[in-house]
Formats: sequence, C-alpha cells, structure tokens
Amino acid sequence: MKRQFDADLEDLRARLLRMGGLCEEMVHYAVKVVVDRDDSHLSKVQEWERQVNGLHIDIDEVCLRLIALHQPAAGDLRLIAAAIKINSDLERVGDQAVNIAETGVYLLKEPKIKLGDIPRMVEVAAGMLKDSLDAFARGDVELARDVIRRDDEEDRLKSQTFNELVTLMQSDASAIQRGMDIILIARNLERIADHATNVAEDVIFMVLGKDIRHSAEKI
Amino acid sequence: MDMMRPMPLPAVKEGAAPENAAIAMSVRDLRAGYGAAPVLKGVNLEIREKTVTAIIGPSGCGKSTLIRCLNRMHEAIPGATCDGEILLGGRNALAIDPVLLRREVGMVFQRPNPFPTMTIAQNVAAGLVLNGVRDRALIAETVEKSLRRAALWDEVKDKLDAPGVGLSGGQQQRLCIARALAVEPRVLLLDEPCSALDPIATGRIEELLIQIKDQLTVVIVTHNMQQAARVSEYTVFMLMGEMVEYGLTRRMFTQPADKRTEDYITGRFG
Repeated sequence: MKRQFDADLEDLRARLLRMGGLCEEMVHYAVKVVVDRDDSHLSKVQEWERQVNGLHIDIDEVCLRLIALHQPAAGDLRLIAAAIKINSDLERVGDQAVNIAETGVYLLKEPKIKLGDIPRMVEVAAGMLKDSLDAFARGDVELARDVIRRDDEEDRLKSQTFNELVTLMQSDASAIQRGMDIILIARNLERIADHATNVAEDVIFMVLGKDIRHSAEKI
Repeated sequence: MDMMRPMPLPAVKEGAAPENAAIAMSVRDLRAGYGAAPVLKGVNLEIREKTVTAIIGPSGCGKSTLIRCLNRMHEAIPGATCDGEILLGGRNALAIDPVLLRREVGMVFQRPNPFPTMTIAQNVAAGLVLNGVRDRALIAETVEKSLRRAALWDEVKDKLDAPGVGLSGGQQQRLCIARALAVEPRVLLLDEPCSALDPIATGRIEELLIQIKDQLTVVIVTHNMQQAARVSEYTVFMLMGEMVEYGLTRRMFTQPADKRTEDYITGRFG
C-alpha cells in the first residue's frame, strides 16, 4: 500500500521539477531577447516569473507541513532539506532570467554591440541547469558531479567576456553603457550556473548524505 | 584587543557523545529467549558511560528482552533462557547476585508503579531501607536529592507524606525514576517510560534524562523514534532479535548505514 507521505513526497518532487522547467524556459526566452533582439518574449518571461514565485511559496509551505506532520528522517529528511534549498536557488534563477530579459529590452533601443562569449555562456548555463534538474529527478550523483565540474568553464567564459568588453569600452566611450549591460548579462548567466551548481550539490547531499559544499574535495 | 581579528566562535556542539567514552556495559553474543523460542540471536553491544543509548525497533524485535537481560529481570520469567556475556565495568554481570546487580543497574517500567501503600518519601527511600539504611537524616537527604534529580522536588516537597499513587501519571513516573536514582545506580534502564504519558509529561521525562546523563548511563527502549532522536547520543536498531545498526543518533537519523534502518525510521515498515 502506498503511504500518503510517499505520495506527498512525489508531489513535492513534481512541483520542484515544474518550477525547474519554468526556469529553463525563462532562461531560454530571456536570452532570445538579447541574442535575437526580440522584445516579444519579455512578457512571457514575466508571466512565468509570477508562476515561479507562486511555486516558491507553495514549495516552502509543503516542506514545512511535511516536517511538522511527519517528522521525517534519513532519506526523506534529506529530500525535504534539499527541496527547501533547491526551491530558493530556482527562484533566484528566475530572477536572473528576468534581469537578462529586461536588460535585453533596454539594449534593443541601442545600436548592436558584440556579445563576447555570451552565446557559449548561455549554452553552458542552460545545460548545467537542465542537467542539475535531471540529476535531482533521477537521484543521479554522477550527473550532479558533472554539473559541478562545468562551473569552472562558465567562470572562465565570464572573465573572457569581461576582458573583451572592457577593451571595447576603453577604445569606444559610446559603448560604455551597452558594454556594462552585456557584462551584467554575463554576470546573470554566471549566477545561473552557480545556482545550478548549488542544486547539484544538494542532489549529492540528498542521495548520499554527504555535504560537499565548500570542501576542497575534488568532485 | 586586535579589532581586525574576528572573535572566535564557540565550537559547534555535536551533542557530546565522545566516541572514545569509557564502556559502562558490554554485551557479547547474547542469546535469550523463552523456552525453545529464541528472541535475541547473538547481540553484541558496548554501552558508553554517561550517555543515553536508545534501543528502537518494531514490536517483537527483542528490545525489551535485551534491556531486561541487562539487569537480569529476563531470567526471572519461568522458562526464560539467557546465554552469552554481559559485563558491567569489566565484571561478569551474570555472576553477580541479581539483587546486588539491580542496585547498580536500576530499571523503570512502562507503567508507573509506585508502591501503593507507601508515601512519596517512603517510595523514594524504599531501596535504601531495604538495604538496611536506618539513618533518618541520610534518608531525608537522599529523598530530597533523588526527587530533585528526578525534577519532582518542587511539585511534591510540601506533601512528602501523601500517598505516591495520588500523583499524576507523569509525576508517578518521575517518582519511580527518583526511587531508582536513590540507590545511586551506575546504569538506569527505562523500558518505554513515556508510553503511558501525555506529551507534557513526556517532555519532562526527556528533559530529566538529558539532565541526569552527566551522572550515570541511561539506556532507554522506546517506540517513539522522535524521542530516541531527541534524548539519545547513541541508537541501537534491532530487528527480529538481531542488532542491525548501532551508532551515533545524529548520524542514524540523517544517514543510516543499513537499508533496513532507513526503512524503519522513515516508517516504511514496522
């Protein structure tokens, strides 16, 4: 017989994955505003953000209720603890996506500027986000480790983009405002990759009970 | 003071539980049962001194039998069998006179059982009087000390001559704990001491166990896993007469090593 508690945990997982799916869409369309120079996507991103914010509150409530009513232990407790943390990381991913879309809309009013490594950064960050959510759904520790390893690549691309745009701004003062905006977008993407890394770390804790955050241990 | 240097933070308290604490009792290959039916099938366990050890497991797993072996109550049952080794501070507990052993290894039962004809003070003093102590001042002093240790003194100090059975269930249970503490045992065994009590009375007993563990070793059998998690430093998980897992409580409840422990503490069976 399936216990109600197991059904509740399943429901919690499903809500988180729904929230994760929305965040993936948000990142995808936010970046389209910048790269395709198409502001029609902004309203979609904003609508999804409202849904993500609703889920953020819902999921916290579900977690608190499960703790209060069931006093979970062991794997169940680790799942709920991970869910609380992943919930807040995903909400932040949503915020970063909105920032990207809004900056993108501002940039549309300005002449085109080079995007540095932004397209590659999008690929890496979106891939990390997707895989961290897949790792959560499947309890896949190997995939989670792989996500964590990829974060260095994103950091490297961000530094490269910074350098490229700083050089551009030094040579062309009229590009400073736009250059700063691209740097902000690079920073938003790097943060998305960091949140995906956090999710992956939480997946490892959830599955193995091992806290690898801030540890020198190589993945 | 160098203002740039951050203040040292207090160390995180990991619920004491030194893993190198001295061993109060050792159980080696303990087999026990009733007639031909085995209940304990070779249990090995080292109970650390001045800690609380909780024994959990589903009904019929042998946890009460184990605790009753520790002060040799088990063998008082007709047909009961008990084989193996139990050491109390290095001495063979199975070779000590059971009456003397029970002075060092006290026990509190599921249902509070104050002596019905005795007052509160007489209940606490019963063990001393049975042991031949006649010094009234010493008895009065021990009664007060034991009732204080059992966190009952303030509630009964003005009615020490009232019958023990007139107290509430929770108070009666603390009276039984005071009675057990009066003879200064080294180990206190508790067999589901809160199962007949309401949550407030349960909370008081749990607080009291946390207080007294600085002075003696506590072993508690409980069906309530949250209680085990709250009061104990070590947890023993038993299943069908075998000890499946034994370790630090904080680890057992977040990261059990054995799948069967995980299934039990997450309520998937039992």
